[in-house]
Amino acid sequence: MKNLLFGIALMLAAAPGAFAQVSVKEPWVRATVPAQPVSGAYMLLTAARNARLVQVRSPVAGTAEIHESILVDNIMKMRAVAAVDLPAGRAVELKPGGYHVMLLDLKRQLKAGETVPITLVFEGPDRKRTSLEVMAPVRPIAGMPAGDHSHK
Amino acid sequence: MRGFVLTGFLAAFALLLPACSPAGPKFNGIDVTGASFGRDFRLTDPDGRERTLSEFRGRYVMLFFGYIHCPDVCPTSLARAAEVRKALGAEGKRLQVIFVTVDPERDTPQLMRAYTEAFDPSFLGLRSDPEGTRKVAEEFRTFYQKAQGQGTYTVDHSAFTYVYDDQSRLRLMLRYDQSAEQCLADLRALMRAGA
Repeated sequence: MKNLLFGIALMLAAAPGAFAQVSVKEPWVRATVPAQPVSGAYMLLTAARNARLVQVRSPVAGTAEIHESILVDNIMKMRAVAAVDLPAGRAVELKPGGYHVMLLDLKRQLKAGETVPITLVFEGPDRKRTSLEVMAPVRPIAGMPAGDHSHK
Repeated sequence: MRGFVLTGFLAAFALLLPACSPAGPKFNGIDVTGASFGRDFRLTDPDGRERTLSEFRGRYVMLFFGYIHCPDVCPTSLARAAEVRKALGAEGKRLQVIFVTVDPERDTPQLMRAYTEAFDPSFLGLRSDPEGTRKVAEEFRTFYQKAQGQGTYTVDHSAFTYVYDDQSRLRLMLRYDQSAEQCLADLRALMRAGA
């Protein structure tokens, strides 16, 4: 399943042409409970050439932002960031407790097992932008991906 | 600012305690036995009933602060607590997990119930009005502060989990970066040591 999604992401990434082949592995979104207006989406991004993730959107969310959670002296802070740098060839992980796609003003409950489209907009050093749609499976709210899932 | 005071305070505790109690069990978390904070709370459950810490006497309690608009870190803490409770097996019945919101304006009773139950039906979500929340945070020497973003706000907050023994005495502070296994080991050590 994961490989299939990876394949789709690659195909879509390749479609816009020469620039910014960014591979997206293991995208997922955390399920929500009824009336919960926010959720987070995670994935592993690897850009073939230097790029930045500059924008995110999803039809299930009124607004989507790129956020970063930071732990400072055991105080957790979460802030919107303008972009995430994707240095060529280096895998950058969007994961709980770090960078994530923040889905705000959710239009409906996200249920485990369904799939949510998320559009990622990348910008190359030449400022050219390309977008890539990934299909992110929704994982159970209490799913424990945090148990350090480190990809080198 | 208060957060820094707390951190300093805990650091002092961490330095002092090993010297005072060489015979006690070793914990991954910070041993705060004898602490003069976090002694009790007066909060409201989703049914509108007032709850206090002392009513959980006879059970162990893991309590932490957070908010539902934090879709990133707070579910991780809740999921960790659910994992610990499950791993305790039959002993898990002796553990009550309590989630206290630092964002009472947005975290309604209905939302609190649905949210905590999604992790474990036994979990309890408690809230107060903004003034009551401030008082509880003060008693627990926990830090929280709104941070305005574009259109919406986030809440910076301390990420400690408070652990109480079955006599409702605060014993441990678990750090955010402790794994479920490390938290589990601490709970087991505490339960083994008895009251």
